[in-house]
Amino acid sequence: MRLTLNGAVTDVEAAPGRRLLDVLREECGLTGTKEGCGEGECGACTVLMNGQLVVSCLVPFAQAEGAEIRTIEGVGDHALQQHFMSEAGAQCGICTPGMVMTASTLSRDATLEDIRIALAGNLCRCTGYEAIYRAIQRARAATSA
Amino acid sequence: MKSALSQLSFARPRTLEEALTLLRDEPLVPIAGATDLYVGLNFGTLKAQRFLDITRLEELRGISVTGDRLVIGAGTTYTTIMHSASVRAHWPILADAASQVGGVQIQNRGTLGGNVANASPAGDTLPVLAVADAILQLRSAQSQRAVPFNSFYTGYRQTVLRPDELIVSIELPMVEGKQWFRKVGTRAAQAISKLVMAAVRTEAPRIALGSVAPTPLRLRRTEAALAGGSSIEDAIGVLQTEITPIDDLRSSEAYRRAVAGNLLRRFWAS
Amino acid sequence: MSVVGTSVARKDGIGKATGAAKYADDLSIPGMLFGRTVRSTIPCGRVKRIRYDFDTTGFTIVDRRDIPLDGRNVVALIEDDQPFLVERDVRHVAEPIVLLAHADREKLLAADVIIEYEVEPPVFDPEASTESLKTLTIDKGHLDAGFAQADVIVEGTYRTGHQEHVYIEPNGVIAVPEDGGIAIFGSIQCPFYVVKALKSLLGPKAHVRVVQTETGGGFGGKEEYPSMIAGHATLLALKAGLPVKIVYDRTEDMIATTKRHPSIVRHRTGVKRDGTLVAMDVEVILDGGAYITLSPVVLSRGCIHAAGPYRCDNVRIRGRAMLTNTPPNGAFRGFGAPQTIFAIEAHMDRIAEALGVDPVTIRERNALVPGDTTATGQRLTADCSALPVLREAVERTDFRRKREALRGTNRGIGLSLFYHGSGFTGSGELRLASKAALELTDHGVRILVSSTEIGQGTRTMHAQIVAETLGIPYEDVDVAQPDTTLVPDSGPTVASRTCMVVGRILQRCAEDLKRRLGDLTPAEYYRAHGPFTIVREHEPPGWIQWDDETYTGDAYATYAWGCDVVEVELDADTCEVRPLHLTAVQEVGKAIHPALARGQIEGGSAQGIGYAIVEHVAMRDGVMANASLTNYTIPTTLDTPAMDIVLLENPYEDGPFGAKGLGELPMDGPAPAVINALRHLGVDLSEIPATPERVMSACGSR
Ligand SMILES: Cc1cc2nc3c(=O)[nH]c(=O)nc-3n(C[C@H](O)[C@H](O)[C@H](O)COP(=O)(O)OP(=O)(O)OC[C@H]3O[C@@H](n4cnc5c(N)ncnc54)[C@H](O)[C@@H]3O)c2cc1C
Ligand code: FES
Ligand code: FES
Repeated sequence: MRLTLNGAVTDVEAAPGRRLLDVLREECGLTGTKEGCGEGECGACTVLMNGQLVVSCLVPFAQAEGAEIRTIEGVGDHALQQHFMSEAGAQCGICTPGMVMTASTLSRDATLEDIRIALAGNLCRCTGYEAIYRAIQRARAATSA
Repeated sequence: MKSALSQLSFARPRTLEEALTLLRDEPLVPIAGATDLYVGLNFGTLKAQRFLDITRLEELRGISVTGDRLVIGAGTTYTTIMHSASVRAHWPILADAASQVGGVQIQNRGTLGGNVANASPAGDTLPVLAVADAILQLRSAQSQRAVPFNSFYTGYRQTVLRPDELIVSIELPMVEGKQWFRKVGTRAAQAISKLVMAAVRTEAPRIALGSVAPTPLRLRRTEAALAGGSSIEDAIGVLQTEITPIDDLRSSEAYRRAVAGNLLRRFWAS
Repeated sequence: MSVVGTSVARKDGIGKATGAAKYADDLSIPGMLFGRTVRSTIPCGRVKRIRYDFDTTGFTIVDRRDIPLDGRNVVALIEDDQPFLVERDVRHVAEPIVLLAHADREKLLAADVIIEYEVEPPVFDPEASTESLKTLTIDKGHLDAGFAQADVIVEGTYRTGHQEHVYIEPNGVIAVPEDGGIAIFGSIQCPFYVVKALKSLLGPKAHVRVVQTETGGGFGGKEEYPSMIAGHATLLALKAGLPVKIVYDRTEDMIATTKRHPSIVRHRTGVKRDGTLVAMDVEVILDGGAYITLSPVVLSRGCIHAAGPYRCDNVRIRGRAMLTNTPPNGAFRGFGAPQTIFAIEAHMDRIAEALGVDPVTIRERNALVPGDTTATGQRLTADCSALPVLREAVERTDFRRKREALRGTNRGIGLSLFYHGSGFTGSGELRLASKAALELTDHGVRILVSSTEIGQGTRTMHAQIVAETLGIPYEDVDVAQPDTTLVPDSGPTVASRTCMVVGRILQRCAEDLKRRLGDLTPAEYYRAHGPFTIVREHEPPGWIQWDDETYTGDAYATYAWGCDVVEVELDADTCEVRPLHLTAVQEVGKAIHPALARGQIEGGSAQGIGYAIVEHVAMRDGVMANASLTNYTIPTTLDTPAMDIVLLENPYEDGPFGAKGLGELPMDGPAPAVINALRHLGVDLSEIPATPERVMSACGSR
C-alpha cells in the first residue's frame, strides 16, 4: 500500500486492519510515536494525517492508503523541539512526541486558552502541563520574532 | 489491543452506490472515523471482522442548507461541524456539542453519523438531534427512507437501522427560540457524559437528555407541563417520572436525577 | 562559573522531543517472543485445574513448576510472601498463574487457558480484615494528661481512595538469555531491586544483569512491580532460550499493578481555647492488599507524618496495614504521607472552625519551629521552614482578605501546610549503604549510579552537582545508563533521595577526584594517567539516632516544607469542583535546577489535584472496574489550575549545595487544600476524591 510518509512516497506491506500506530512502529521503524492506552485517550500516538491531528491507535491502516502521514520523526519544527528541551517541557518524555505534534499545528498567535483547548486530547502525567505551555509560548514567540 | 487485527478485511468503495451494493451482498460493518469501533477492538468487545470503509464516500460529507433544513452528511466530522458557519447560525448547540466531544484528535475523525449509529445513550450530539426533531436519511441498495431521529432508537443500543442500510444524512429543521446545551462530563475535557442536556425555548419548549435512560430521551411530558404553565418545580417532578437513570461506573442514579432537575431549572431561568 | 542553581538543558531533553529516545517497547531483538500473563479471575480461593484449550505448537508455557531448583518462588522484597506465580492459593484477582510466549502476538492473545478454582469468601474491607501486615505505635508524652488540659476536643474521620499512577508508558521489560543467566531491559525505577528478586528466583549464583531503558514515568509505580514482570519474562526467556518481551496494555497495567493505599484516618485532638494543640490521638488504617510488599514502610512514613507539621507534647499514633483480597497496594509518590497529611490538614480546618479562628491562625500557633520536637521526638534544627512557607503563601495569595471577599460566592479558598521527610526513614539510609562512582573519560567524567532517570531529571541534576564540584563544564559530564553490571548500587530511586543522598555521594566523589586531579582537567589527567574510577559510599550524618522498636528519634535527616493555597469554583447545579488557582510555596533546601524543581512541583501538584477531585478507582469484587483511561480520569489541560510556584531555599547542611528531597513533597498538599476550600464554601467533606456525587451528598446533608 502506498502512502506519503514524512514527505516521501512509501510502499508499506501490512494488513489493512492493523492500527496505523503499529504499522509506523513495527513496519516503518518509526518508534517515536508512542502507545499509552490504545483507546484514543492519551494522545501519545498522535500523528498528522492529511494535515489533521489523529490518534494513530484508532486509525485502521486501510484508511491511511494514499494519505499523507507525518510523525514526530518528520515534524521538522525544531524551534518547538528545542523549547520543549530548554523549558523542561519533557520530563519522562513519553507524551512529548504527541505533544509536539499537537503543538506544531497551533498558530503563532495562539493564546494560553487556545493552547489548553488544543492540548486537551494529550495527557501528561509528569509536568502538570505548565512547562509545556511555556515551551510552546516561547517557541511561538521566537519564531514570530 | 485484544483483537486479531490482521484478520480484518476492509472494502473501500468510492461511491455510495457501490457501498450499498456491497452492503446488500454481504454482512459488513460500516466504519467511519473508527473512534468507537477501534476502541471496541482494543478492548476485545467487538467481534466483527469485515468492514465497509465509508470515509471515501463524498455523498456522506458536507453541510448545506436546503429550504428550512440544515443537512449534514453522516460522514461529517465534529471538526467540520463546529467550524461550520451554517451550523453556528442555525444550530449553534450542535457546534457546542461537537466542540465538547473528546479532544482535537477525536473531533478530526469522529463523525455525526457514527455518533448516531453507535447508539450510546451518552452520545453528546444526540440530545441536540432529539430537540431538533432531526430526520435521518437512511439508504440501502433498494430503498431510501426518512426516519425521525426520535423514533430511531428502540432500546439500549438498538436502532431501526437495517444491516444493509447506511445513514446518509441528518437533517435538522430550523427552529426559532433560544437554544441551550450543557454537558456534565467526568472531567473538564475528553470526557464521557454523566448527563447531557439540550433544549430549545420556543412556545412549546423542547427538552432532551442523554445518559438518563437506555436511549437519548426527549422529555415530552415535561415539555407539556412547562408549555401548559406548570411551575418549574412541578415540571421537575414530571421530569423525574420520565427519566430512568442508573448507577454505573461514571455516576449514580441519585446524582443524575438531581442534576437533571437542576439543569432544567437553569435552562428555564436562562 | 556556576552551574548549580541554573536551568541548564536537560541531558535527555532533545531525544525525548524528537522521538529518538528508546523506551522498552521501542526495542526489538531478533528472534524475540512476546509474553503474556494468565491471571486469576477470583479474589480468593485455590487453583484446582489448569487446562490449555488451544494448539500449543510454537508456544512456550511456564507455570510454577518451571522455577529453577536453586531458586524460590518469591518476589524478594521486605518479606518473602508474594510468589511470582500462584502455587495453589489465590489471594487476589489478576494474580499471575501461568505464562505464555509466542512469536505471534495475535496467536498469543487468542490462546485460551481455562482455570478452575475452589472459591473462598474474600475480604475487601480493611476494617473487617483480621490479618494485619504491620502495626506500629508512636507515643510521645502523656495522652491523658494532654486531653485533661484541653478546652475543646475535636474528632474526625478521613478517608482516601486508591490512586492509580497512570505513568503514560505502561510497565514493560525484555528478558534476554545471556551468559547462562539473564539480562533485563526495561522500564524500571530500581534496577537493583530487580536483581535481588531475580537472584531469589534463579538462585544466588545466577548471572543477572538489569539495564534501565528510557522510562516513561514511574511515580513509585515502577518501584517494586517491575521485579514481578522481569521474573515472568525471565522464566519464559530461559525456557524458550529466546528473548521475551512483556509489555502490559493499559487495562492489564491498571488491573494488575500497584496503587496508592486507601486509608482511613481517625483524629481525636485536644486543643486549648487559644488554639494550642495539647493532645493528638491518631489512628491510621491502610488497605495493604493481598501481600505485604511495601506496606510496612508505607505505613511507617504515613504514621510519622500523621501529626502534621505541628508541635504537640502529647501524641499517640497507632497504625495498621491490613490484608485484603485486592492486588497489593504499593509505592506511590508520597508513600503514605499524602493520606495522613490529607487527614491532619482537613482536621486542622475543622479545629479552626470549632474554635472560631481562621485556618492561618491555628497553623501559625502550632507550626513547628526550630527547636521543637516532632511526634517521634526529633528535635528540628534551623532547616525547619513551616512558618516561612505558611507566611509566604498567605501573603502572596492575600489569603485572609480573599477568604472574606469570596464569602457568599461560588468560590472557595483553602490552604494546607505540610512537610515531607527526605530519604529513607530512620536508620534506613545507613542500612542501604548506597554507593556512587565517577570515572574519567577522554573528555571529562562519567557518572556511574543506579539512580534512574524517570523524568524527574536525575541525569541532569547529578551532572550539575559533579560539574560544579569539579569546576568543569556541564557538557563534560556524562551519565552512564544504569546497568547493574557496570554501576554500583546507589539504592533505589525513591523516597526523594536521589538528589539529596546520591547527589551528596557524587559530590564527595567529585571532591576526592578534584584533589587527585591537582591542576589537570579530567581529560588531561585521563590522557596522562589512563582510566581512573572513584567510588564512595554514603555517610549519613552521625547525629541520626533512631529506634525502630519504639519509633522514636530522628525519623529523617531533614524535611522539605510546603504550603499550598487552592481556589476552587463549585457549580451549584452539578456540584462539579473546578480548581482555578494553585499557589505552591515549597522550601527545598536548594534548587539545583530551578526549572526541574519547578517541574516537580507543578507535576506533583497536578497529581494531587487529580487525587483530590477526579481520580476515582472503582473497585468491584476486588478488581478495578474502571481500568481504562476513559473511565479512570486524570487531569487534562482543562482540569488543572493555573499554578504559581514559589521555591524557597533553606539549606540542609548535609545535602549537596544544601539540597533536600523535593520529589514527593508537592503530592502532599493539594488534596487537603481542595477539601478546605470546599469547607470554606460550606461543603463538609472528609473523603477524597471530591467527586460531584460526593459533594452533592455533602451539600444535601448540610
Ligand atoms: C477518546 C475518545 C473520546 C470520545 N469522546 C466522546 C464524547 O465526548 N462524546 C461523544 O458523544 N462521543 C465521544 N467519543 C465517541 C466517538 O468519538 C463518537 O461516538 C463518534 O461520533 C463515532 O463516530 P466514528 O465516525 O468514529 O464512528 P465509527 O467508530 O467508525 O463507527 C461507530 C458506529 O457507527 C456505525 N456507523 C458509522 N457511520 C455510519 C453510517 N453512516 N451509517 C451507518 N452506520 C454507521 C458503525 O458501524 C459503528 O457501529 C469518544 C471517543 C474516543 C475514542
Ligand atoms: S495510544 Fe493512542 S491515544 Fe493513547
Ligand atoms: S513528560 Fe511524562 S507524561 Fe508527559
